[in-house]
Amino acid sequence: MQLLKTNSVIDFMGKRNVAMIFSAILLLGAVGSIVTRGLSMGIDFTGGTLIEVGYTQDANLPSIRETLVQGGHGDASVQQFGTAKDVLIRLAKSEEQSSSTLSNEVFGMLSKAVNGQVELRRVEFVGPQVGDELTEDGFLAVLVALMAILIYVALRFEWRFAVGSVVALIHDVTITIGLFSLLQIEFDLPVLAAVLAVIGYSLNDTIVVFDRVRENFRKMRKGTSESIINSSLTQTLSRTLMTSLTTILVLLALFFLGGEIIHGFAFALLVGVFVGTYSSIYVASTAALMLGVSKEDLMPVQKENVVDDRP
Amino acid sequence: MLNQYPMWKNVLIAVVMFFGALYALPNIYSQDPVIEVTGTRNATVSDALQAQLEAALKNNGITPKRVELSRDKLQFRFEKPEEQLKAQDVVAKGLSGDFTHAMTLSPDVPTWLSGVGGKPMNLGLDLRGGIHVLIDVDMDAAIEKAMEVQVANLREFMRNEKIRYVTVKSVSTAVEVRFRSVDDRNAAQVKVANEFRTLVFTDREEGPNAFFSAQVSDAELREVRKSALQQNITTLRNRVNALGVAEPVIQQQGDRRIVVELPGVQDPGKVKDLLSATATLEYRLVVGDLQQARDAEKSGRVPAGSRLYKERDGTPILLKRQFIVTGDQMTSASSGFDQQGGSPAVFVNLDSKGARRMRNVTTENVGKPMAVVFKEKRTVGRDENGKPIKKWVEEVINVATIREPFGRRFQTTGLDSPAEAHNLALLLKAGALAAPIDIVEERTIGPSLGQDNIDQGFTSVMVGFALVLVFMAFYYRKFGLVANVALAANLVLIVAVLSIIQATLTLPGIAGIVLTVGMAVDANVLIFERIREEMRVGSTPQASIHAGYEKAFITIMDANITTLIAAIVLFSVGSGPVRGFAVTLAIGIVTSMFTAIVGTRAIINIMHGRKRLKTLSIGGLN
Repeated sequence: MQLLKTNSVIDFMGKRNVAMIFSAILLLGAVGSIVTRGLSMGIDFTGGTLIEVGYTQDANLPSIRETLVQGGHGDASVQQFGTAKDVLIRLAKSEEQSSSTLSNEVFGMLSKAVNGQVELRRVEFVGPQVGDELTEDGFLAVLVALMAILIYVALRFEWRFAVGSVVALIHDVTITIGLFSLLQIEFDLPVLAAVLAVIGYSLNDTIVVFDRVRENFRKMRKGTSESIINSSLTQTLSRTLMTSLTTILVLLALFFLGGEIIHGFAFALLVGVFVGTYSSIYVASTAALMLGVSKEDLMPVQKENVVDDRP
Repeated sequence: MLNQYPMWKNVLIAVVMFFGALYALPNIYSQDPVIEVTGTRNATVSDALQAQLEAALKNNGITPKRVELSRDKLQFRFEKPEEQLKAQDVVAKGLSGDFTHAMTLSPDVPTWLSGVGGKPMNLGLDLRGGIHVLIDVDMDAAIEKAMEVQVANLREFMRNEKIRYVTVKSVSTAVEVRFRSVDDRNAAQVKVANEFRTLVFTDREEGPNAFFSAQVSDAELREVRKSALQQNITTLRNRVNALGVAEPVIQQQGDRRIVVELPGVQDPGKVKDLLSATATLEYRLVVGDLQQARDAEKSGRVPAGSRLYKERDGTPILLKRQFIVTGDQMTSASSGFDQQGGSPAVFVNLDSKGARRMRNVTTENVGKPMAVVFKEKRTVGRDENGKPIKKWVEEVINVATIREPFGRRFQTTGLDSPAEAHNLALLLKAGALAAPIDIVEERTIGPSLGQDNIDQGFTSVMVGFALVLVFMAFYYRKFGLVANVALAANLVLIVAVLSIIQATLTLPGIAGIVLTVGMAVDANVLIFERIREEMRVGSTPQASIHAGYEKAFITIMDANITTLIAAIVLFSVGSGPVRGFAVTLAIGIVTSMFTAIVGTRAIINIMHGRKRLKTLSIGGLN
C-alpha cells in the first residue's frame, strides 16, 4: 500500500503564493482573535481556586449555584465536567481569605446540601504570585526553546534554514494558540506543555524536509533551488503524511479516551500536528527559498562527511 | 556480508531487552492497599503484635490478603481500599501509643524480583490521589524577627558596657543607635564594632545628635533566611509525621518555598490546617503539688496567679499565669546527654532578653519544678457554616526541677530516654514555625479521580498503541510487523527506565508516552520509505536495506536531537506536570532510537541477512 502514487515531482513551490495567502489569513485570524478575544487563561496562570466534585447521582447545577450564592460565593462559576455527575466550580480570587480554607469551606457547604452524597475529586489552588511566575516561566520556556532550536539548526544546516524553521514554528504556535483563543478553550499548564511539544514535533518534520533538501542540493547537478525543493518535498511527502497519521491516531485515542483533564492537551497537539505538517511543507521551505537559499550555500565543504556517502 | 550484525551487537540487544523486561516487570503487579505499623520510641513490631492485630481484624470480619513482618514494620495487605479503610479503625484501636500506623499503597512484587532491585514506577499524586501544596515562607517576617533579636543584643551589650546612648531601633536591616554627641558615638562605636564584628557601620549627624547605623551583613541575612526555611521544613516534617502519612515528600523549592506532597490523604482540610498551624512553647513555674492540682480540677477554683494545665497523660498540674520565656525567644535546641548524670537531656539556647529573664527567675527558684508547655492553634471542629473553629491547645510536655540558676544556654533533664530527648529537642526546635507560612498553591486529587486517571491513561495508551500497530502492519507488511516489535520493545524500555530511575509517573507523563509511541514509528517510517525509494530506483533488496538504514540515520538523528532540545528546555524551565511530560518524552526519544534503528535492523538482518532476495515485503513497491 502507498499513500501517494506519484513518480512525478509535485510543484509545491509553484503554489507558494496561494499557501502564503492562506497562512497569512490564518495568522491574521489567530492574532486578531488573541488581541480582541484574548485567551481564556486557566487558573495555573491567573491564580484562583478550582474544585471538582463528583455526585453519586446526576448533579443538579441550579441547586449547587443556589447553595453557593447562599454561602456568599455568588461569583463562582459552576459547570458540568465530563460526566453528568461531575461538576467543576471556579471560585473568584478572594483577598481576605486564604484559599486553603476557601476550598474546605465550599466543599463543606456542598456536602451539607446533599447530606454527604458528594465526594471531593480535585482541588487546585494557585496563588496570584505563583500564577504570575508560571506565566513568566511558560513564556520563557517557549522563547528559550525557540532560541536553542534556532542555534542548533543554524549550526547543523545554514542560517536561512534556521530562520525558515523558526518562522514555521512561530506560525504553528501562533495558529494553535489562536484557535484556543477563538474557541475560548481554557489555556492551562498542560496546554502550554502541548504547545512546546508542538514546537518539537513541527521542527522534527521540518528538519526531515531540510535534510533532504540539503542532500539534494549536493546531489542534483541540474535544477533551480525551487525545483530541488519541490523534489525534496515530494520525496519526503509520504513519510511526512505517514508520521502525522500515526501521531494523529494516538492523539485521537488520547483525546477521546484520556479523560477530561487531558482534553485541552490532546486538542492542542492535534491542532499543532495538523498545522505543523502543513507548515513543514509550505511555510518552512518557502521562507528558506525567499531568503534566497541556493545550492552554493550548501555546497562548500562542510565538515559533514557523514552525509556524504560517496566512496 | 552486507546485512549482518556482528554477534556482539545481537547479544547486546538481547541483554538490553532482557534487563528492560526484567525491570519493567514489577509494574504489572497490583498495587495493594496496605496498612503499615511501625514502632516509635523503643517499641518494635513483634509476632505478638501481629497475632493480636490479626485477631482483632478477624473479629471484625476482615481478612487481610497477606501480613508481612519485617524488622521495623508490620504490613497488612488488603484486596480492596474499602477493607483497608475499615481495617484502619480496628488497627488504630488495637495499637498502644508506642506504635503508629499509616495507610499506603504497596506493589505486590515477588521477592525474587524485588531482590534484584525491581521496583514499579512511582505513581504521581494525580494518579494515586493525594495532596500537593506549595508553601511560601514569609522571609520579611523572619528578617524582622532576627532584627528584633539584634536590637535587643546591642541594647544589652551597651547597657552592660555602660555606654550612653539615646535610642536603639531597627531600620530595615540595620540597627540605628542615637547618641547625644559625636564623641559618645565614636567611643561607643569602637566598643560595639569590637564585639559585633560582622556589622558594617555608617555615621550620620543630625542637629546635636549623632547616629551610627550598623548594617547586618548580607551573609548573615542569607543565613537568617536559610535557617528560617530549614527550621520550617523540620517543623512541617514533624507535623506530617504526626499525621501518619506514608512516603511524604517535604522539599525545599527555590530559596523561600517548600513543597509538601502527601499521597493518599483522605482529608485534605485537616492536613492544610495542621501544616499552617502556629505553635509555640512556654516555660512556666509550677505552683503547688499534684494534690492541689487535683483539687483545683475538681472544684474549678485555682489559686490566685495560677492556671490549671494538663500533662500529656491527662494529669492536672498548676502553673503560674506569668510565663518565663516562650519559644519565640529560643534560638536553637539540641538533644544530648547530661554531663554529670549522663541522663538524656535537651539543650536550649535563648536570646539575650529571654536569657536575662530566665536567669532572674531561676536564681530565685532553685530546687523548684518548672514546666514546658506546648501551645498550638488547632482546628478543633467546625461551626454550622463549615468554618473551622480554631483554639489554642496547651499541654505540658515536660516538668523538671531547677538545679541551679541558668540563662542563655540550659538543659532540661528528667527525660525517659535519648529518643524522647531527641523528640523534645525536635519539638522545641520544630514545634513553632520560624516564620509565618502561606499556602500559595494546592493541588488535591481525590482517590477516585486518581483511579479514573490511571484507567483512562492506560486505556488511551493501549488503544493508541493498537491503532498504530494495525496501521503499520497494514502499510508496511512484514517490515511493519518488525516495526511493531520495536514499538512494543520501546514501550517496555520506557517503563523499565522510568522504574529504574524511580521517576514519578503522572498523567502528563502518560501523555508523553502516548506521544512517543506516535513519534517512535517516525524513525521506522523514515527508514522504510528510504528502502522503498531505493527499491524503486532499481537497487537490489539487500542494497536497499543497507542504504535505507544508512541514509535515514542522519535524518533521524537531526530530527530527534531537536525534539530532545525541546524536551530538555521543557524540563529545565517547566514545573510539576510539564516536567513529568518532558521526562517521559526525553526517555522515549532515546529508547525509540535504540529500538527503531538498532532493534529493527537486527531483526531484519536475521530475517533477510544471508539470503538472496528478489523482493521485500515492505508494501508500496508496485
